[in-house]
Amino acid sequence: MSTPIVSDAAGFKLERTDLNAVRANLYFGFAVLAVGVLLGLDQAYNYAGVDLVRHYPVINSYYQGLTIHGVFNALVLTTAFANGFIVLTTARGLGRRLPGALVHAALWTMLAGAVLAAWAMFTGRATVLYTFYPPLQAHWSFYLGLALVVISTWITSAAQLVALRGWRRDNPGRRVPLLAFMSIATYVMWDIASVGIAIEVVALLLPWSLGIVPGTDPLLGRTLFWFTGHPIVYFWLLPIYVSWYGMIPRQSGGTLFSDSLTRLAFVLFILLVPVGFHHQFVDPGVSQGLKYAVAALTFAIFFPSLMTAFAVMYALEIGGRRRGGKGLVGWFFRIPWSDPSVCAQVLAMLAFLLGGISGLVNASYTLNLEVHNTAFVPGHFHLTIGTAVALSYIGIAYWLVPFLEQRALWSRRLAIFQSFLYLAGVLILSRGLIAGGLAGMPRRTAIAQASYHMAAWRLPGLMTAAGGTLMVASMALFFLVLVMTIVAGQPAAIADIPFTETVSAPATAGWQINLDRFHYWVIAAVVLIAIVYGPFLFAHLPPDLAATGLTYP
Amino acid sequence: MERFEKAFLCAAAIVLVIFLGALAYSSLAMGIHLPSHFGMIHYTAGQKLRRVLRQTPPFDRPGVREIAPGKYQVTVIGLTWSFLPAVIELPAGAEVTFVATSMDVIHGFFIPGTRVNMMLIPGQVSECVYRFRQPGEYLLICHEYCGRLHHTMSARMVVK
Ligand code: HEM
Ligand SMILES: [Cu+2]
Ligand SMILES: [Cu+2]
Repeated sequence: MSTPIVSDAAGFKLERTDLNAVRANLYFGFAVLAVGVLLGLDQAYNYAGVDLVRHYPVINSYYQGLTIHGVFNALVLTTAFANGFIVLTTARGLGRRLPGALVHAALWTMLAGAVLAAWAMFTGRATVLYTFYPPLQAHWSFYLGLALVVISTWITSAAQLVALRGWRRDNPGRRVPLLAFMSIATYVMWDIASVGIAIEVVALLLPWSLGIVPGTDPLLGRTLFWFTGHPIVYFWLLPIYVSWYGMIPRQSGGTLFSDSLTRLAFVLFILLVPVGFHHQFVDPGVSQGLKYAVAALTFAIFFPSLMTAFAVMYALEIGGRRRGGKGLVGWFFRIPWSDPSVCAQVLAMLAFLLGGISGLVNASYTLNLEVHNTAFVPGHFHLTIGTAVALSYIGIAYWLVPFLEQRALWSRRLAIFQSFLYLAGVLILSRGLIAGGLAGMPRRTAIAQASYHMAAWRLPGLMTAAGGTLMVASMALFFLVLVMTIVAGQPAAIADIPFTETVSAPATAGWQINLDRFHYWVIAAVVLIAIVYGPFLFAHLPPDLAATGLTYP
Repeated sequence: MERFEKAFLCAAAIVLVIFLGALAYSSLAMGIHLPSHFGMIHYTAGQKLRRVLRQTPPFDRPGVREIAPGKYQVTVIGLTWSFLPAVIELPAGAEVTFVATSMDVIHGFFIPGTRVNMMLIPGQVSECVYRFRQPGEYLLICHEYCGRLHHTMSARMVVK
């Protein structure tokens, strides 16, 4: 007996206008990715000692390009993708329309914010990198733009909650369909997590950049930033988990084995919001005890990650065996590798496995000293966000774009080649950056123009450039497939999105039903946050607005 | 299926406990510690941090000082885009305490190949203890983006 993870398996047609909002989010996200990736090329060559940025139009410095790379790839693309994709999965999961006015308001807010921030960055008024640590000061339009991008996610969340309320009213006693549960949990987590950055921008940075207050508080700014800066990783990851748990099993011919464990993993991400202090292990002004406590909590993240690895691998194994795979690893080769969507996402999972290992090093409190702010860090996160997330976006696009356009993918072979090429590229790039980082090569530094250099950075730098070249080439192929599908794909009738089934139906009695009660988990998360951040805030507030810093560095 | 789920949860919990044990071991038994909080420098937005630092020991006299036989304190100020002092000479094998702060924006304080890795935040004092066993030339670099010429912010360390 298997149970589909949506309210109404028979079918549910989304409104044309809603699909248009999904499409606009998706294509805008990929458009900014294209710009971000072009700048990535310069960064990769920088570490090999080649200064490419001189040849770029509009971009005047390494750091201006790096700011755009970080903001576009890590903030705008991820928000746009989540706002689009998750609206679709929520609506399909509940079998119910989300309020169209809210969905469109979110889209326009996100677009306005992205355009404002882009204007500031391209005109050199915000060369502050995507972490914008005060007291480096950007033009107010940059902060306002980022605030609008965050607000667009809150509007999306509100749209989900309105739809959920309606669904509960119409379906008393039923469990929230798993696909909708995962989608809503993603945004509930983010609603809590994004408060830090919202307070930083609205209360500290905007008034300061407008000249309303004389200075700012760098340590408080950093702390608020990392309050969000850690769980923002969950916000990048969870939409991907929605696909890995909710779609990949179906796409690969398998089944999701546990409904409860899946829900539990998402709930744990809500609870594990307050671990951002682990980015401040080397900061002064944060107590030792707090650092130990947070290091311990940080390890707890491996719990839901391990659960995910296990559940997804098990689903893939079921699929592989149903397709005739035998033995301990035989099933792995019977995964439908010829499906570009599955292929890209399984490769993304492989990268994530490696990223998880390098993340362990990063999180382990003591080893962190040797790699903090070195090239090791981007080496690690190009495996996680740069591949596990980005290549999964690509994999999802390989069914979502055909679904939205009602056209077949333009070239499946090229799409599959593209995914393998990207993985090869990122493995080389990350290997280079990680080796360089272990040899003390700093990140975020225009090494090609630096006043110092070390012999041990040479080979890692060359690997970074070589890997980066392959990644950019692979991205170019992706954009080719994307555009050609939209303009020249064979018309095809694709009725529904892929969604999986679970082995058994969700329990309608017992402890499991509490998993659906989001307010329990929100309260628990708020209590944990108070325990971790309370003492610091209590000792530190009111803010000390003494630092005046540098404007438009 | 229920049993399967429980077994899985137990296994994951055990792995977690092992990680935590390793963490406790490395910080307690091996005695590795993070840079700690030395103090704060109080100033207001009207005051120039540069002037305040000139009157705040130890930053009134940046440089190397022997504080006890075989023990040295190195006081460093980071500013866009250099370190004060620009050259640091130390004897090999001595216990060295770096005490550093920033005069303007956030800077990094990193000596590649060592555990000396700190952030310098205006208004906050960072501290870190290290022993250079090998004589030779070391590089002190800023590894936090601090503006247009961030990549030129470095100092020389000579260990004799
Ligand atoms: C496709 C080709 C790409 C290349 C060649 C590339 C290369 C690089 C390099 C070399 C850096 C380090 C720069 C430095 O620290 O000085 C970097 C930073 C970064 N990359 Fe990428 N990248 C690519 C794609 C991506 C993607 C797809 C994402 C995310 C979706 C991403 C997110 C980031 C972020 C967040 C940073 C940190 C920026 C900062 O430190 O301020 N990159 N990239
Ligand atoms: Cu600096
Ligand atoms: Cu710097």
